[in-house]
Amino acid sequence: MPLVVIEVMPKAEILDPQGKAITSSLARSGYEGIAEVRMGKRFELTVEGEIDAARLEQLQEIAEETLANSVIEDVVGIHVMDQS
Amino acid sequence: MRVGVVTFPGTLDNRDAQRAIRFGGHEPVALWHGDHDLQGVDALVLPGGFSYGDYLRSGAIAAHSPVMREVIGAAESGMPVLGICNGFQMLTEARLLPGALVRNEKGLFIRRDQKLRVERADTAWTNGYEQGSTITIPLKNGEGRFVATEEQLAHIEGEGLVTFRYVDGNPNGALNDIAGLTNERGNVVGLMPHPEHAVELGFGPDTDERMRSGLDGLPMFTNILETIAA
Repeated sequence: MPLVVIEVMPKAEILDPQGKAITSSLARSGYEGIAEVRMGKRFELTVEGEIDAARLEQLQEIAEETLANSVIEDVVGIHVMDQS
Repeated sequence: MRVGVVTFPGTLDNRDAQRAIRFGGHEPVALWHGDHDLQGVDALVLPGGFSYGDYLRSGAIAAHSPVMREVIGAAESGMPVLGICNGFQMLTEARLLPGALVRNEKGLFIRRDQKLRVERADTAWTNGYEQGSTITIPLKNGEGRFVATEEQLAHIEGEGLVTFRYVDGNPNGALNDIAGLTNERGNVVGLMPHPEHAVELGFGPDTDERMRSGLDGLPMFTNILETIAA
């Protein structure tokens, strides 16, 4: 069955305290030159049947209406990983 | 008035909300997230907690739960609906109120008695207060920072939809010190702090006179307006 990966990131203008905490932890651990870490979400959806235009439209809707909240997040990628 | 309190898996403050409703002189009615039934209530409270573990986003899964279809319908037809903390998050996720609640600026869970200014004393839930007065009720959350798009914020301020603002310091980085909002009609109100935890002597915030004697949350539950001028 095809696997669809949907990636969601907090909007650039929204302060990401989790990313900030990770950034400063990396600096404390001695990793130099990491200017910023932002943390997002990756969803893996196993889909029944073929990925056709109608399915892609449905996935787009799922991504934008449920998996992401458009006030604070952007859907940055919808990838079909395995179409065998 | 019969006031429904919806319990979701992970809700914490349903019993406190029911108690506050009783102290306010109304009859609390326990409602369940999995039912498509509001049992004929006259008003609704979505209480605080961590519904469905706050998976996905705070209040996001709850906003899609069975009972929410009825809650949204009732809110749109003018029934008074109050969302406290996680309930406020659900109301924004269900798009009954604009904006979103995200992790606090410093990443900390904040628990403190919070001073608020009443910006709107003419909604279904806030008419027991005096416009412009300050009240103190408990605040306790990890994701209480109100954010909105530029457009939404302009709309919120332009239409005067802010019901409560933080005073004496913004605890979490909320835009424009926003602690609570209403909708255009004034029947839906959401706020992060907890009025239901300031309704009973011995259990509220400290006051100048006595420890834990703050009752500033009570007017929220005494003066619920069934109909509100549109």
